[in-house]
Amino acid sequence: MTTTAPPPVLGTPLPARQRRSRGPRRRYRLVSPLALLVLWEAAARTGLLPADKVPAPSLVAATGWRLAADGSLWEHLVSSLSRAGIGLAIGGTLAVALAAAAALLRLGDDIVDPPVQMARMLPHLGLVPLLIIWVGIGEELKISLVALGSFFPLYFNTYAGIRDIDQRLVEAAKTCGLDQWQRLRHVVLPGALPSLFLGLRLAIGAAWLSLVVGEQVNAQTGIGFLMMEAREFAQTDVVVFGLLVYAALGLLSDTLIRIAERRTLAWRRGLQAT
Amino acid sequence: MATWAAGDLTVRVTGLRRSFGDTVVLDGADLTVGPGEVVALLGGSGSGKSTLLRALAGLDAEATGQITVPAHYGVVFQEHRLLPWKRVIDNVALGLIGTDPRGRALAALTEVGLGDRGGAWPAELSGGQAQRVAVARALVREPELLLLDEPFGALDALTRLRMQQLLERLRERHGFAALLVTHDVDEALLLADRALVLDGGRIAEEIPVTLPKPRHQDDPGFGGLRRRLLDRLGVPVP
Repeated sequence: MTTTAPPPVLGTPLPARQRRSRGPRRRYRLVSPLALLVLWEAAARTGLLPADKVPAPSLVAATGWRLAADGSLWEHLVSSLSRAGIGLAIGGTLAVALAAAAALLRLGDDIVDPPVQMARMLPHLGLVPLLIIWVGIGEELKISLVALGSFFPLYFNTYAGIRDIDQRLVEAAKTCGLDQWQRLRHVVLPGALPSLFLGLRLAIGAAWLSLVVGEQVNAQTGIGFLMMEAREFAQTDVVVFGLLVYAALGLLSDTLIRIAERRTLAWRRGLQAT
Repeated sequence: MATWAAGDLTVRVTGLRRSFGDTVVLDGADLTVGPGEVVALLGGSGSGKSTLLRALAGLDAEATGQITVPAHYGVVFQEHRLLPWKRVIDNVALGLIGTDPRGRALAALTEVGLGDRGGAWPAELSGGQAQRVAVARALVREPELLLLDEPFGALDALTRLRMQQLLERLRERHGFAALLVTHDVDEALLLADRALVLDGGRIAEEIPVTLPKPRHQDDPGFGGLRRRLLDRLGVPVP
């Protein structure tokens, strides 16, 4: 068959138009934060904002540069990161193991879930005084706080993720000859993974929050210590810079998890992929 | 209707009972399926058709009675029940043991006409395609028996006709026996060698379907059987 007229191209103009409109919009969204930054800088320079209360953004940047250059930033960063990492590993492992036991076994559900449900109501940051008595004011306190903070979101999301798995899929796997362990691996684990990722993101958020509080108690290193020490010498620029580091750490970890999530859960985008 | 010696039967169910609370759904049902025989199981809604099939598939631990099914059997449910996180070919190869599971899975997919869709995610398939993958997943296990629980009930009329023809072709080639749970009298008469009606927890009626294959709704004798089955199912045709 031959066509005399070229086929109408309906698909192409629309995405092009969308792309044209999306680029400037994204740039527009940068305008107000940048304007605020400029206003802040101007207010600080003209003395409208007292220098001992709010430092100029340029001063914060310079301070950050100085701390990075003399190496102290990295020392504190490594210290904070390792606390968060160890605490998250302990709290996360416990959370996933206990949630799996509670969600998969009736006995586990009866034994594990009630106390966890009760403990959930305790604000874990309110436990600081008790934790100081129990584990002291050293590294154990910081790590315990992070572990406690990250435990609950991961526990509840893992539990819900396993419970939400479609029983019909488990049955289908059974008729394919999969034994209990294979069903766990091929059906339960991948089925619970979206909830697990959500739990992990929330757990990491809770971990940073716990760290901020924990590092204000008798720390000798860490971003929190950096800020506490700076407060004593009224170095507001260091305090603000420490806050920014915390924010950047939170943002970075969340982005990494989301990238991992997007790669692992490619099947969820199946509909859009075609 | 052919008869088989007891030892040659593919499926043998004696005195199958199952109740949910006070409701007795299966009350001593007896059933046999011969080698290569296609048996349709009909019954009203809630008559226990699916309960019986689930018991045969080993999915109901609380059903009592004697059940003999072959070691190799496949199940196709009304919904495709593919694992959304596995690509089509891995869904078909799920739990396969022996040499080259992926090669065998691909061969099964090719047989249902989806040899080129192995790399797709289940969410990318149409309803009919997904159901064909489910058939391939059952077929790849080289079953002596296929248990089909209203396998085409959720499909549109045209796709259903194609699927029925596909099943007929596959059965001719592979010679498996099948128990087909359906509420569609025409489907039962097109595919089955024997139609059973489940009522009151037992097999209440057994109707051999001896029409020559391939069958069509216009065949002489089809209308009479259809009327008889519908009548037995409580829908008398004037």
